[in-house]
Amino acid sequence: MITKKVNSVHEALQGIQNDMTIMLGGFGLSGIPENSIAELVRMGVSNLTCISNNAGVDDFGLGLLLQKKQIKKMISSYVGENAEFERQMLSGELEVELTPQGTLAEKCRAAQAGIPAFYTPAGYGTEVAEGKESREFNGKMHILEHAYKADFSIVKAWKGDEAGNLIFKGTARNFNAPMAGAGKITIAEVEELLPVGSLDPNEIHIPGIMVQRIFKGEKFEKRIEQRTVRTRN
Amino acid sequence: MALGKEEIAKRIAKEVKDRYYVNLGIGIPTLVANYVREDISVEFQSENGVLGMGPFPFEGDEDPDVINAGKQTITTLPGASFFDSAFSFGMIRSQKVDLTILGAMEVSENGDIANWKIPGKMVKGMGGAMDLVASAENIIVAMMHVNKAGESKILKRCTLPLTGVGCVKKVVTELAVMEITPNGFKLLERAPGVSVDHIIASTEADLIIEGEIPEMIID
Repeated sequence: MITKKVNSVHEALQGIQNDMTIMLGGFGLSGIPENSIAELVRMGVSNLTCISNNAGVDDFGLGLLLQKKQIKKMISSYVGENAEFERQMLSGELEVELTPQGTLAEKCRAAQAGIPAFYTPAGYGTEVAEGKESREFNGKMHILEHAYKADFSIVKAWKGDEAGNLIFKGTARNFNAPMAGAGKITIAEVEELLPVGSLDPNEIHIPGIMVQRIFKGEKFEKRIEQRTVRTRN
Repeated sequence: MALGKEEIAKRIAKEVKDRYYVNLGIGIPTLVANYVREDISVEFQSENGVLGMGPFPFEGDEDPDVINAGKQTITTLPGASFFDSAFSFGMIRSQKVDLTILGAMEVSENGDIANWKIPGKMVKGMGGAMDLVASAENIIVAMMHVNKAGESKILKRCTLPLTGVGCVKKVVTELAVMEITPNGFKLLERAPGVSVDHIIASTEADLIIEGEIPEMIID
């Protein structure tokens, strides 16, 4: 058995340096690697390019890195929930590359799957297609999109084992699954880290080969962005 | 009388047929789920990775790991499934989702849609809208016919940056139901009490009008 377990978030994030490109899983605040984000703040690394569907809120998620001006460029599909983000974007301090969500997911998956580029119809005829090669398939126009190249992928899973196998919960699977193995080094933070043999191989979402380092997150706040409920009758 | 948002949602709900998989956008489209007939089987897809979405949870049952594309806490119904974002857009691209309902700021007579960016204003991003409109076979737009200044949003050509080209099939507004044909907008129905002349006056694009235009049936 090849073990991937490291004992702390500090150990897990060794090697992340200024100017690197990092993929971070999550959709909104759901399934974000919150322990790793807190550690990136503590490490003080800067000039980062972050690939993440969203950019957190002002005081949680990637918003914490934005507050410390650690991010040079964000690659996201939707960034609406963050006043500091807006300020930095409008002042030109922060570079933003907006990418259709399915394209963003597929650019991760392509990197994970060793595919350098792919055609998609998303964005054809819009400003997203500017400067990109286009081609017709089956009577429909598509544009060429390339796989992301990232130094690190940081993902969050529900359960993992010491071999790096991962199981996600609910819609927190989101970008965590396609980002696992998409960067040169993948770090997984999990709510439960179990001994090898504890997980049923039939139920593994991401096999451990995609993960280089796994650790148990010290604390998960799991903040809810839009709490919507109905009242009991 | 021009329709309110709930009535637009009620009218669009009539487009949802038995055994449809449906993706609902944020805003008026989300309301459509409340008005789908109870005697048909429909599954709602949310592009962040769930099929078989149910209503909002009861207070105290919220799960931060179970949300919709609007980041709202939701529940799942029996038969539901979870999947990742790449897989989710895979089922959208490969047209497994039968009907996509989304909002728009402008629609043009060739089926172009603009709904993600207003130049000079903070741009939040397109989210999944560009993927949805580029791939879905059946797209219905829920939108306002005119803006607050009374200007038409049903246009010969969109003025805002596009989300997708030649993709919209049907538009439901506070005034009318229109189909997009190879020859442009065809007026199908008018809101109760709204005259065809009023719709023509509120529409920048040309309208194809054949025979008597019936009133929408809302309830």
